[in-house]
Amino acid sequence: MVVVKVEGEKRDHNVFLYSLSTCGWCKKTKEFLKEKGVEYEYMDVDTCTSEERRAAIADLKARSAPMGFPLAIIDDETIISGFKPDRYTEALGL
Amino acid sequence: MSLDKVRQRAEQDAKSRGYHLNPDPGFLNDLLEGLKTNEERYGYPACPCRMSSGFFDLDRDIICPCDYRDPDVEEHGACYCSLYVDEATHGSGEAKPVPERRPPEKQAKALGLDEDREVEPKVVRAVQAFETERKLFYCKQCGYVTFREEPPYVCPICRAKQELFAELKTSLKLWTT
Ligand code: SF4
Repeated sequence: MVVVKVEGEKRDHNVFLYSLSTCGWCKKTKEFLKEKGVEYEYMDVDTCTSEERRAAIADLKARSAPMGFPLAIIDDETIISGFKPDRYTEALGL
Repeated sequence: MSLDKVRQRAEQDAKSRGYHLNPDPGFLNDLLEGLKTNEERYGYPACPCRMSSGFFDLDRDIICPCDYRDPDVEEHGACYCSLYVDEATHGSGEAKPVPERRPPEKQAKALGLDEDREVEPKVVRAVQAFETERKLFYCKQCGYVTFREEPPYVCPICRAKQELFAELKTSLKLWTT
């Protein structure tokens, strides 16, 4: 998996982001997390290989998550779809 | 296609509809870059904020300006990516995220979620494979005619809803006899 890790001092939660490299709201979400010092990992589903992409689609399908980006999976259970700073603040205790 | 060209095209399009482009220059630039990338990648400017299949006919509803732009700008003051915004949103200086209007079934079909189709984009093969499913549809309100697999989400001319489209059955015999 072409997963990129962004280091941060806040590591209490496991934050994984499915995103698109071309999408403005995905970029905003990445910047927001970085600004808040949250450590997270992301995967751009448009620039990865088709196999990785298929795996990502299967994962989202298995989680019944909407196929919209950005899509965050926090601690393997909470799903946040879209750029929603309030929901991130709440879920991550920022 | 240069970034300037992409920008000009979007500006003209916005103007013709009485819209504006996103007021945040950095955000706008990212979206235009995204459109440029997608045009180079797929051969058509697929929506930068949606996952494209790479199949022209399956992505047709999300080729910018997408089928959902006008109803979204009308209801939310911005399109899904917030590339296009209305006067009020432009004046406020910032657009808010807009919920996805594209029906999940369309996306499922495009991405092959409803079947075990390969999700490998092969544009040429795709055009051939799906071309046969196209039909003529006309808008009962304004008469606009389109040739695709199903009517557009809204009529691009008069903005009538999809339900106001009907299949146009032509009899080619009339022309040949
Ligand atoms: S949501 Fe906006 S940027 Fe995306 S395809 Fe539609 S009109 Fe273009």
